[in-house]
Amino acid sequence: MSIRHSLLALLSTGPMHGYGLKTEFEAATADVWPLNVGQVYTTLGRLERDGLVTAEDGAEGQKVYEITDAGRGELARWFEAPVPREVIPRQELAIKLVFAMRSGLADVSAVVQRQRVATVRALQDITRLKAAAESGDDMAWLLMLDSLVFQAEAEVRWLEMCEVRLAMAHGAATGRPKPDVPARLRPNGVADDGARA
Amino acid sequence: MTVLELDCVTRVYGSGHLRVAAVDNVSLRVRAGEFVAVMGPSGSGKSTLLRLAGGLDRATSGRVLLSGRDLASLDEDGLATVRRRQVGFVFQEANLLPALTAAENVALALELDGVKPRVAMTGARDLLDWLGLAPVGNVFPSQLSGGEQQRVAIARAVIGGRSLLLADEPTGALDAITGESVMSLLGQRCASGCAVVLVTHNVRHAARADRVMFLNDGRLAGEAAPPAGPESLLGTEQDR
Repeated sequence: MSIRHSLLALLSTGPMHGYGLKTEFEAATADVWPLNVGQVYTTLGRLERDGLVTAEDGAEGQKVYEITDAGRGELARWFEAPVPREVIPRQELAIKLVFAMRSGLADVSAVVQRQRVATVRALQDITRLKAAAESGDDMAWLLMLDSLVFQAEAEVRWLEMCEVRLAMAHGAATGRPKPDVPARLRPNGVADDGARA
Repeated sequence: MTVLELDCVTRVYGSGHLRVAAVDNVSLRVRAGEFVAVMGPSGSGKSTLLRLAGGLDRATSGRVLLSGRDLASLDEDGLATVRRRQVGFVFQEANLLPALTAAENVALALELDGVKPRVAMTGARDLLDWLGLAPVGNVFPSQLSGGEQQRVAIARAVIGGRSLLLADEPTGALDAITGESVMSLLGQRCASGCAVVLVTHNVRHAARADRVMFLNDGRLAGEAAPPAGPESLLGTEQDR
């Protein structure tokens, strides 16, 4: 999440102080991503250092930040460029399943099932918020909810795929026919008739 | 008020080593105005569960009660009457009669139950009107879009104040937007007091339900029912 660019976007509408930026950011994203004030001031400090904003002392001793031309340029570049996909986000769920499997300490199918119930439950909540949002006029909020819906949906579909793969692997382990694996690819390199490959 | 109750219901097909429990010891209660979705992989018993709930199939063991009446106590005629008066079915295909207009298709459901044709037609038109389908009343199914056909099929399924609506992949053959309109219609029926059980692969549609049940190998593998969540804070979802 680019806090840096979000703050520039907020400042493009007019000068603001740090706490105001935090409040505005949270309102714009409907409190989905709460910011801590420290994070906001650290980011503002860097923006100032890089010449993207200027800071002036305001009325009540608070610094008021204003976007510079360089800041507007940086913001325009952000909107023009697609969000980079080369970094694979670290997903706790995927990591949990990997280690549930490797450690042998957990029933992986049960982990998958519990997560599916939890994710569908969250999706039910989002769906209700969406139903309410559809009759309102906050388009940005509605788009945000759509995004959360599709993320949850993707997770449930992935969990279903995990479940099917686990069931198939279980079937194979319990003597159901396996797909043909060429002898040279088998772990011990032994062909079906027992002859050394 | 409980409309549908399944009490330790099992349905077995075949025998000996070919014996398969399509539904295995499932218990479920659905109240008036409640929306329950059933999800699960193909062959997990979802459709069998729906057929049992609607009296289209009989349980091998356990009880199925519709508005408190045990379906096992009914003969075939009695079962047919209960189905006609209390249960509406919607499937993936709308299955409207091609020779009848949309309104006639809806009215037929009442006429089969002994309602005079003119009264049935008035009832059908009123319902179509209420569901926002008045403009298609005089149109034949072949001239309707898939979504319109499916919405007319829902009207046919709920006319006559039936208390239970069973829907098996009703949006499966529809595009996303049309599917949404069909889902809205199901939600609307629910809000007016009908109990709805929806079988679906679509998790977004399932998430509209009050409860989502997961079936696996005929057994209940989990259930998602959100506690009073953020929607209660916003005051958008009334306690039904």
